[in-house]
Amino acid sequence: MTEKLLALNHLVKSFDGQRVLQDVDLDVLAGQIVGLIGPSGSGKSTVIKTALGMEVADGGTAKVLGATMPNRKLLGDIGYMAQNDALYEALTGQENLAFFGTMKGVSKAELGAEIAHVAKVVDLTVDLKRRVSGYSGGMKRRLSLAIALLGTPKLMILDEPTVGIDPALRRQIWAELGKLRDNGCGVLITTHVMDEAELVDEVALLLAGKIMAFGTPQALKTDYQVATIEDVFLKAEGVA
Amino acid sequence: MRAWTISKRVIKELFRDKRTLALMFLAPVLIMFLMKLIFAASTTTEVKVATVDLDGGIRTELNAVKHVAVVKKASVHAAKTALKNQKVDAVIQQTKSQHYRVTYANTDASKTALTKQAFKGALAANGTKQLKATTTKLQQTLVGLQQQVAAKTGSQVTATTTPKKASTGNVMITNHYAYGDKDTGFFDKILPILMGFFVFFFVFLISGMALLKERTSGTLERLLATPVRRSEIVVGYMLSYGILAVIQTIIIVLTTVYLMNVQITGSLLALMVVNFLLALVALAFGILMSTFARSEFQMMQFIPIVVIPQVFFSGIVPLDSLAHWVQNIAYILPLTYAGDAMTQIMMYGTKLSGLGLDIGILLVFLLGLTGLNILGLRRYRKV
Repeated sequence: MTEKLLALNHLVKSFDGQRVLQDVDLDVLAGQIVGLIGPSGSGKSTVIKTALGMEVADGGTAKVLGATMPNRKLLGDIGYMAQNDALYEALTGQENLAFFGTMKGVSKAELGAEIAHVAKVVDLTVDLKRRVSGYSGGMKRRLSLAIALLGTPKLMILDEPTVGIDPALRRQIWAELGKLRDNGCGVLITTHVMDEAELVDEVALLLAGKIMAFGTPQALKTDYQVATIEDVFLKAEGVA
Repeated sequence: MRAWTISKRVIKELFRDKRTLALMFLAPVLIMFLMKLIFAASTTTEVKVATVDLDGGIRTELNAVKHVAVVKKASVHAAKTALKNQKVDAVIQQTKSQHYRVTYANTDASKTALTKQAFKGALAANGTKQLKATTTKLQQTLVGLQQQVAAKTGSQVTATTTPKKASTGNVMITNHYAYGDKDTGFFDKILPILMGFFVFFFVFLISGMALLKERTSGTLERLLATPVRRSEIVVGYMLSYGILAVIQTIIIVLTTVYLMNVQITGSLLALMVVNFLLALVALAFGILMSTFARSEFQMMQFIPIVVIPQVFFSGIVPLDSLAHWVQNIAYILPLTYAGDAMTQIMMYGTKLSGLGLDIGILLVFLLGLTGLNILGLRRYRKV
């Protein structure tokens, strides 16, 4: 059986008495891309924050690589990319990578090669010496992804990584995610671009803090008897 | 060591932000320099004195005093009108020989004092002149008298010329010193507190803003998504801003001492140590406050609440006369202890070892606030 990289079991979470997650079950296996889709406010960010140990669930467990979160040391095995770029604009791309690499625990000896590798993956090698403040929006996004790739993480958690980027770059990022999967990495990705949801191995549909549906895109479409994931989404929401 | 990497990064960012650097290093110096100018300005106060029926000799002497101008008025009424219309600062009226009535506008204490001093000096100078004239006359009449008598007169002359020199010298010097002394005295008293205040203010603001920016830009979240310890982040910030505070402290202390010629009785190093300690407290405080702010503007809102009251309670205004409960407020403000320690060092030459209480309390502030900061980061990550 393939290794369970992320296992969320019966997660329950409330903020100020308002239940955000109710009984969320979600697994990410090695060599699998799981897409988490759902409207704004459905609890996607809370799922991710709980998986990272930034929040603690009121009920249920979140396990990464078999260990219960929150667990600080395990964070070194997770590549995380947030919705915003979260870069130090006064520093160069190189300096940003070196800083986060060190924070992630990449050893000094490997750091140089590691930076060169991730920069090549996101096609930023020639721009590494420039300050981030001079980067275009797409370049910042790519640098952000490169930071998440540092230290060859076993699990990638990406929160809307393709928001606001052009189609060519989006395709590039997806190609990279595909390569990661083929290398045995597990990827959890949130999105609300529905055609992206067609590209993942498994889709989890999150609505009002509940996983309404889980399965391969094909299986979901068959279940709901619709042609696209977008229609699945709308049908599940009760709009269509 | 991750803390060191974080502090190196913070310093790198700071040194690329030239404006912030200038604010930290040049602004305090500029403000202190301006304050020095403003306080020193009172030494060149100009007064205009109206005289009525005043002896010509005294008037000449008074007019000769630096920064004093004399206007002769025909009547008391004319003089009083001038006083009322702020044309003159004082009226000196000679009622009879050796009797003078002086009326001061007294809107400016230093002008009043200058007039008093100048008039006293003028009287003394005039008196000596008269005395000298008398002596000369005496000398002339005594010409041809016996050696013994001549010798006696000679000694009398010496005896009278000595006070003359002393008193004319006094007029010039006293005028200068009386004001210089008094005003510098005030500046001296508030200077250690001001110095501490600027260190506190700028470090508080800039460190708070820096962490806030890290929070709003999302880099803090990303940082916390790595295996970094919360304490490493706080220590990293303390280290980098600590280094900056050392530079800032050295600049402020050195400009205070050498550029503004403020005398320091105690050791310069002790002064810097206290300032540095205060800077660290301000740093921890700024970071803590920034967790309660959502934006830069909200950070600014802490200035009137957190920063300004420290100035009032830290000893610039004497607290002895205030109600007890008001005095107690001072005890919970870190600047009180730093200001006290620096006053002790600058004015009384107290050694660091004699300031155990002040330093101890500052250390307690520092440790307490640092602990709270490490705890406070739990808001963003639960381990």
